[in-house]
Amino acid sequence: MTRRYWFPAAHVLRSEALSAQENVSRYGKCANPHGHGHNYGLEVSVAGEPDPRTGFIVRPEAFDAIVRDRVLDRFDHRLLNEDPLFHDLVPTAENIALVVYRELAAPLAKMARGRLVRVGVVETPRNRFDYEETA
Amino acid sequence: MVRITRAIDFSASLRYRRPELSDTENHELFGPAAMPHGHNYRLEVTLKGDPDRVSGMLLDLKQLKEVLEREVVARFDHRDLVADTPYFEKEIPTPENFAALLYRLLEGVLPRGMLAGVRLHQDPDCFVDVTAPGAER
Repeated sequence: MTRRYWFPAAHVLRSEALSAQENVSRYGKCANPHGHGHNYGLEVSVAGEPDPRTGFIVRPEAFDAIVRDRVLDRFDHRLLNEDPLFHDLVPTAENIALVVYRELAAPLAKMARGRLVRVGVVETPRNRFDYEETA
Repeated sequence: MVRITRAIDFSASLRYRRPELSDTENHELFGPAAMPHGHNYRLEVTLKGDPDRVSGMLLDLKQLKEVLEREVVARFDHRDLVADTPYFEKEIPTPENFAALLYRLLEGVLPRGMLAGVRLHQDPDCFVDVTAPGAER
């Protein structure tokens, strides 16, 4: 089961390991020091067998609450570069998917049936990034 | 091997209700989904296989459309999933259970081994995948 969420946020693609000029040549307009933003779509997929009583793999309200507490409230209307999760990590959509997966893995592992299998970040209608942990 | 996907849309009403529980208990368990409500469902059906050497087709899409009309639209479109169909007397019509049912219904009528999976969208922000073993999408 996959649920989709939305959060508008800003980011700058800038690696501290590179000079300003190198950042511009690597990231182009995405390195604009004042940042830029996207309406990020976030897809979170869990897999498992539905509970025979309720029919749920995970209770939607509980699932939404975990995503909201761990990710949406944290990233919504923020500059992602300022978040400690991106202290050593350039907030590309690839890394956002990775970071979100790691944030959600522990609280979702406590749920009885659902197993986190994928986090997808839809950065624009033309770009999406999926992170899956390979077994 | 190729995969093809065809989508169909249909609308249905439903409620989540365990008959052994009171209305209050059902509301506590299921929240607003315990009340009668409806969804515009979209079902994506993915088939897999090798195209026929003569026709170049995996399965004539017209034939697939007829299967989907008969098995899905005729059964569920503008119906109440609980009151008008025999499938949800014991199971709750969550998208998880509904997607699994649609997979079983289609697997039973499509050529053996051809169904790769179904994706049932309950609304624009929630969907469920049921895939054939070994055919992760």
